[in-house]
Amino acid sequence: MDAGRLLKFLGQRLAKAVVVVFAIVVVNFLLIHAAPGDPASVIAGESGMADQKFVEQLRHQFGLDKPLPEQLWIYVSSVAQGDLGFSHRQQRPVSALILERLPATLLLTLTAFAFAIVTGVLMGVLAARRVGTLADTLVTVLALTFYATPLFWVGLMLVLVFSVWLDWLPGFGMSTVDAHYTGLAAAWDTAHYLVLPALTLGLFYTAVYARLTRAAMLEVADQDFVKTARAKGASETRILWRHVLRNALLPIVTFAGLQAGQLVGGSILVETVFAWPGIGRLAFDALLARDYSLLLGVFFMTSVLVIAFNLATDLLYLVVDPRVEA
Amino acid sequence: MTAFLRAYARNKGAVAGALILALVILTAAAAGTVFPYSPWDMQSAPFMPPAETDLWLGSDALGRDVAAGIAYGARVSLLVGAVSTVAALAIGVTLGAVAGYAGGWVDDLLMRFTEFFQTIPSFILAVVLVAIFKPDIVSIVAAIAIVSWPPVTRVVRAEFLSLRAREFVQAAEVLGFSRPAIVFREILPNALSPIIVLASLMVASAVLLEAALSFLGLGDPNLMSWGFMIGSGRSVMRIAWWMSVFPGLAIFLTVLALNLVGEGLNDALNPRVSHRR
Repeated sequence: MDAGRLLKFLGQRLAKAVVVVFAIVVVNFLLIHAAPGDPASVIAGESGMADQKFVEQLRHQFGLDKPLPEQLWIYVSSVAQGDLGFSHRQQRPVSALILERLPATLLLTLTAFAFAIVTGVLMGVLAARRVGTLADTLVTVLALTFYATPLFWVGLMLVLVFSVWLDWLPGFGMSTVDAHYTGLAAAWDTAHYLVLPALTLGLFYTAVYARLTRAAMLEVADQDFVKTARAKGASETRILWRHVLRNALLPIVTFAGLQAGQLVGGSILVETVFAWPGIGRLAFDALLARDYSLLLGVFFMTSVLVIAFNLATDLLYLVVDPRVEA
Repeated sequence: MTAFLRAYARNKGAVAGALILALVILTAAAAGTVFPYSPWDMQSAPFMPPAETDLWLGSDALGRDVAAGIAYGARVSLLVGAVSTVAALAIGVTLGAVAGYAGGWVDDLLMRFTEFFQTIPSFILAVVLVAIFKPDIVSIVAAIAIVSWPPVTRVVRAEFLSLRAREFVQAAEVLGFSRPAIVFREILPNALSPIIVLASLMVASAVLLEAALSFLGLGDPNLMSWGFMIGSGRSVMRIAWWMSVFPGLAIFLTVLALNLVGEGLNDALNPRVSHRR
């Protein structure tokens, strides 16, 4: 694909992403209005001054007495400037609270994703290569099992076995609090804490990718170019990895992009179970405190994260399959 | 019908799934008879391990019967699963039918709308919706329906696109049938099998979603549910593992059964596709 077409493709995808982000901002705005108690009454309640006049004054200050379309415009332009509102419970801007927690969530979700894609594709290849054997059945049974198990329960059971009973791995938090490790020692320490949550989040997707890889491999294995490769005398191993898997990867990449939202959503549950200090845990705390502006900020931020993930998938698609056109 | 049953019975997993599902439904129906007391009532000392007293699955932090909680929780899970799936089907079939039958810019607009709902993280949207509209059974069902209709729309639209060009639909058009009659009496019955398969899988994911919501404390405060039980057992796992293990197994078995039934229905209703297995 030449540079002009590439730019056009990217431009179209970016324009689409912008429209989706705008729609999310509008949905967010409507939800804020549906939430019980506007910011003015929340502040008045927190400060203990429930005086009607004070509330009116606050409403005016926040522009809450303006007509709805004008309020929407104010909201859209403030979001465009990176202002997601203020958490009156935590007395800090929502965007600062979220950005502070973002790295932990990215570390968890990307690790889980990498784990799932590697183990899932390997299991799928194994199952497709030996259709109908014990290995195939085992992969299918494992996939069915993880499909049907609630994510948070898998997490709790892993904590019960590996943390409470065996005491092999920590099941709570992200680092040893009183150890004050630095550099490599700190990374190694965090890696211990990462194992169980990443496994919990990853196992479900391992099942998803294993089933998907198996189906895609079987689909591709019948096609003419595979027969050609075999007729040329290429070894079965080479056919499997170079010809079949390479072409079977396309649906997996597509699906991985579509699943980004679920992966991020699942991190709420996993971070809650493991007290992992990421966005998900932040959302849970916001939920407990009924801190709606923070909760909706998390909703917005995770949506944007998913759109960014989808854009990345589109780019990856370009690399994997040069036939894709804008 | 017998041909359908024979095709279904060929899939052993699907038969096992149907049996487990029947057992879960029976448990839900018999909850009031087997446990003639509220699952919220104290029945023994707190934290009694399973079978130590006459409570088979032990008691929780407030001395409530875990087995009774699971039986009454089955009602909530099945009810939420079924009702939210029906609601999601109503939205999804309507939008999909309109998009597929009308085509053109209507189709374009509806598909953009559907894509939008597929992009945003559905679990987080469900959490936000339930949190904002006060956690009760109605808002939970509504939230689950709102996040689970898009796949239905896609499937129904695809079916309608391919069916609307077929001769029997054209014949109905020439005969002057009204549009609703063509959509509901001619096309929809022919598009039913993929919808049925999808619906059984949707009940499964609705059960999982309800469990996750009530685990986060967003369940109906008046109804005992499996997710709530796991959530309340979480902090005392060191001393009372049974509080979170058994409700989790109940969710696992129910969802597994529904998935197996879905696969069996798929094999029986779409025989062409299933031979590859």
